This record gives sequence, structure tokens and C-alpha cells, in this order.
Amino acid sequence: MPVMTYREAIRQGLRELLRDPAVFLMGEDIGAYGGAFAVTKGLLDEYGEDRIRDTPISEAVIIGAGIGAVMTGVRPIVEIMTINFTLLAFDVIVNHAAKIYAMSGGQIPIPLIMRTVTGSGNQLGAQHSQNIEGHYAMVPGLKVVAPATPADAQGLLLAAYDDRNPVLFAEHFALYNTKGEVSEAPERVPLGKGAVVRRGADLTLISYSRMVNVCLEAAEMLTQRRIDAEVIDLRTLRPVDYDLILDSLNRTHRGIVVEEAAKGTSIGGSIIGELQEIAFHTLDMPIRWIAGEPTPMPYNRQLERMAIPNATVIADAAAQMFISPKRRAAS
Amino acid sequence: MDREFSLRLYRQMVLIRAFEDQAAEQYGRGRIGGFLHLYIGEEACAVGAINTLRKEDYVVAHYRDHGHALVKGCSTRAVMAELFGKATGVSRGMGGSMHLFCANNRMMGGYAIVGGGIPIGVGLALGIQHQGLDQVAMTFFGDGAVNEGEFHESLNLAALWKLPVVFVCENNLYAMGTPLARSSAVPEIYKRAEAYAMPSQQVDGMDVEAMYRACSEAVERARRGDGPTLVEALTYRYKGHSMADAVSYRTREEERAWHPRDPIARYAQILRERGVAEEELHRIDQGVAAEVEDAVRFAEDSPDPTFEDMVRLTYAA
Ligand SMILES: Cc1ncc(C[n+]2csc(CCOP(=O)(O)OP(=O)(O)O)c2C)c(N)n1
Ligand SMILES: [Mg+2]
Repeated sequence: MPVMTYREAIRQGLRELLRDPAVFLMGEDIGAYGGAFAVTKGLLDEYGEDRIRDTPISEAVIIGAGIGAVMTGVRPIVEIMTINFTLLAFDVIVNHAAKIYAMSGGQIPIPLIMRTVTGSGNQLGAQHSQNIEGHYAMVPGLKVVAPATPADAQGLLLAAYDDRNPVLFAEHFALYNTKGEVSEAPERVPLGKGAVVRRGADLTLISYSRMVNVCLEAAEMLTQRRIDAEVIDLRTLRPVDYDLILDSLNRTHRGIVVEEAAKGTSIGGSIIGELQEIAFHTLDMPIRWIAGEPTPMPYNRQLERMAIPNATVIADAAAQMFISPKRRAAS
Repeated sequence: MDREFSLRLYRQMVLIRAFEDQAAEQYGRGRIGGFLHLYIGEEACAVGAINTLRKEDYVVAHYRDHGHALVKGCSTRAVMAELFGKATGVSRGMGGSMHLFCANNRMMGGYAIVGGGIPIGVGLALGIQHQGLDQVAMTFFGDGAVNEGEFHESLNLAALWKLPVVFVCENNLYAMGTPLARSSAVPEIYKRAEAYAMPSQQVDGMDVEAMYRACSEAVERARRGDGPTLVEALTYRYKGHSMADAVSYRTREEERAWHPRDPIARYAQILRERGVAEEELHRIDQGVAAEVEDAVRFAEDSPDPTFEDMVRLTYAA
């Protein structure tokens, strides 16, 4: 299988979708500039201005016009440069895209892919470092996808195109240069299905996007403490694949939810809430929750590092779960 | 224009440029992180505009905000320290280059959401009007921001309520890689004010005195209760959008064509013609260089903010 970057995998996926003449791309600086993260680089030359449309800086109308356009049968794939700027279109996404199908009694589906970029960790300050995909994952009527690998990024993009619902597709900027195998023939990865990316017997780390890699790193560190961690990549944040999580917890009986977003602002809390209801019987102890510091992201480098979970923090928390309760109380 | 004041305008422009050159260098050394948007080429806009304000008047800027902060009275040391993320920075190292705040100097922030500072400028003016004060708010933004809904909502409300605000659009012809003509149905930005019956003016943003004159008129109008003005400053950013930008979307010829209009070189020439001695200009340049070097040393030697600072600063006590 060819090896390619997350960026190339998405670009290849877009090319695959552009084979459908109804598909066109629309967003800020995606054409002549090649995309703020160079994902759409070269596509303008290949497909021309009608299909790779540079827009003004007008997030509400980028998504709003996307909604209207899909109603006519074309398939725009809209891009918002980063997830922080989707907030200028929060209204059209939440009040309109997510609700039209239901409000119309099922007459009008909104098969709109909304690509955007999430992530923190580059000292971009409080307004540019939010992982707010979880906000969207709270909205019935939307689907939310956040791939961690090149193959998943491409496969989920293709599946999002097949889906008849609005899909918020959150790419992580720190993953764009990561590499992985991607099958030659386009392969769908179903929405709503997570994946076990590392088998383990003792404990389950549940995460998504870039934090999956950090969990894998933590799992490696834990082998030295003779703890065998399983790692789950949720891949889709709405709907969450609870069957997969439950199956894992039935084997490991211990779990940690790990997310990059500031604690309490993303989906971790709702996943843990659901799990206390459906997995209580199988758990040896409460699910732990590791997430970002609940503060606006600081600019200062050291503080930013402290504000985002890392492998050591995860491994230490996991190890704590294997100290007997008495010793835990003493330590 | 009086001599002392002209030299002040000149010095501030030179200061901004020297500051930006130094910032670029420190960014290259990894001492400044994140995004860094340089104001080189655009100095006359902030200098001409903000010098029409009093100390108690308010300024709001976008993320290309170093110049605005320096002219509004923030110390060179504290601005540089902010870029270094230090506790002595204007925003205590929490904001960074794009978010320079200095309430004492009524520098009410740089905002990194395009168009986001425009309604805040309107709100400052609302607060002023509501309290019957005679201050003015001035809000800066780029040509890219005028296609956000917030721009239109702000102009309408400000015109409707005759708020004491001056909208300054720094039209440097590009929003990242998108030229104005490819983003705006009507590329003459000042014309958009007509829809709200608001006075507006297009100004040579490379001419510091022209900026000063246009903004003086706008500020006086606001202060006497006659409402807002839109000033469109025609300018050019010499460097990339940010340090990460290779500037592949415009030609080197176009860039060169702007250099004869350089706001600093041109103003130096005007000052010479008005009889300012070369040594005097030279002395200013050297004083500025020393000031910026001192600011770098200060930033280097300053402490980082602490984890407790970060937690504490989430909510006002
Ligand atoms: C709401 C929003 N959309 C997109 C961006 C990304 N972005 C940052 S600066 C910029 C270009 C803005 O250009 P302009 O307003 O002309 O200001 P300039 O940088 O030229 O000073 C864009 C698209 C953003 N920060 N905020
Ligand atoms: Mg611009």
C-alpha cells in the first residue's frame, strides 16, 4: 500500500470526490493560495475556478450557501480555515444545517461536508487554539468526524460524501505531516465506528484525533510498568461507537478518556456520563478523565505545554489505577 | 505641521519598523512563537491615525497590532516582552503578538478573529455616548474584514445611533493570499459607508500626514456628536501575511512598485525639505535602535508567567 501524509490522503480523497461533477470546493484561500495548510494545493490548476472556489472571509455565508446549494442537488464541500472561525457560522450550522431535515419532516436532507481544522499547541493564543469539535458533537442532526490517521482521514471523507447528513469534518493541523499507509483503491471508513488501534488487556484509553498518538505513546511507556493498555480511536464523535468501548471495557474493566480540548468543553464528559450508565457493572473503578486545562489557552510556551495533556500525564494516571486503594490513599 | 510633532510622527514610524525587524529576527531564533504578523510598510496608518487621539480615547486593533500598541503609548519593552510570552508583557505573556492589551493606555486589544474587533469598537463608543463623555473609539481592521457580517452590523448600528467611533480600514490589497478584487464586489471599501449614510474617505495610507488629516476630521466629527466615519487607508504590507507565508500570490514587480511610496523614506525626504538636518534624523534612528535593543534585553531577562497566573486569570476575582 502506498504511504502518504494525512494531508495528501485528504487531498487524494478530495480528488476522488471531485470525480463527481456535482462536487465543488469552496472556502477562504483554498485556491490560489493553496489552502492555509496546503491541503488543497494544486487543485485550482487541476479543476479550475468553478470547482475550486475562493471565497471572501465570510464564514456564515460559506456554510449558509453550502446548505442552500446542496438543496439543489449539487455537492459543495465547504472549508472553514480553522474550527475557531466556524463560530462565526455556528448559527447556520446549529440552527439550520442540523435541523432542516427534521424540521422539513424528512423532505430535505443536507448532505454537506464541512471541513475544518482543529488543534492546539503552536502558541497561537486563546482565539486560535480551541478544540471545539466537541461543541458540534452535542448537536443532534450533525455528524462529527475527527480522524487520526491518513487512511481514516481519506476513508471517512469518502464516507461523509455518501452520507445524507451534514458532517463536520475536523482535521488536526499537527497531523498533516504524519504518514501512514492508504489503500490504492479508495476505501470507505464507516461513520460512527471507532477502532481499536492497540490491543491491551489491562486498561482502555479512549481518545480521538492527535491524542490517539499521545495515548499510543503512553501505552508504550506503560509496558515498562507492566501495564498493557488498549487504545481506542473514536474517529467519529457523533455518533460515538459505544459498542466498541463497551466491548473493550468488558475485557479491561478500567478506562481513561483522553482529549486535547479544555476539560468540560468537549465530549469527554458526555461519554463518561453514558458509560456510567451502560458500563457500570463491568468497571472496577470510575472512568478517569484527562483533558486540557479549563482556561483560555495561554500564549506562553511553557504554560501552553502544561495546558495540554501529554503521554507522561496519561501514563501516570493509568499507573495510579493499578495501585491498591489503600496505597493510593497513602500516596 | 509643527516641527516637533512631525518629528514625533517620524520617530514612531521608525520605531515600528525597527521593532518589526527585530521581532522577525527574534522569531527566527525561536524566542517568539505562534503567528507573527508584521506591519512593515503600513506604519503611516497607525501613526497618522492614532496621533489624532487623546490618551483617554480608545483603540481596538486586529492581530497585526504591534504598531497600534506602540503608538497608543504601550512601552516598547512591554510589547516586546509580550511577544516573548513573558510576565512583564502588556498582556502578561498570556496574549502574545496577536493580543496586545494595555488598559492604562486604552489599548483595548488586538483580536485574531477577522472582523471581531469592529463591534467591540462600536461598543466602546456606545459606552462613551451612554455616559455622556467626550471620548472617541477608533477601530482598525483589514480589507478582508469588510466581508464579514460584523462589519455591516457595526456600521449600521454606529450610524443609526451616531456613535463616536472611527472605523479605519487598512486596505493593503490582500487578505492572506486573496487580492481585494477577488473578494469584494465593490473594491472601493469607503463606498460601503454610503449604504449607511456615513461619511467616508479614501486616504493614501503611505502618507502619514494625509492619514493624520483624514482621521482628525473623523475624530472631531465623532467628538462633537456627529457620529461615525469610515476611513479607508490605501497601503501595502511589504512582507508575507505572517512569517509562514512565502508570498507566492503577488509579483516581485508589484512589490517593488510600492517601495518608492515608502512611508518612512518619503516622510524623511519631506522633513529634509522642510529644513530638518540629516543628523537629526540620524539621531532619531539611532535612539530608536537603542530602544528596541533594550526592549529585547528586557524581554529576555523577564520571568515567565506561572501556572497559577494562568488559572487565576480565567475569571476575574
Ligand atoms: C473569522 C476569521 N476567518 C479567517 C481567519 C484567518 N485569517 C487570518 S488573517 C486573514 C486575512 C485577513 O486579511 P485582512 O483583513 O485584509 O488583514 P491583513 O492581514 O491584510 O492586515 C484570514 C483569512 C481569521 N483569523 N478569522
Ligand atoms: Mg489586507
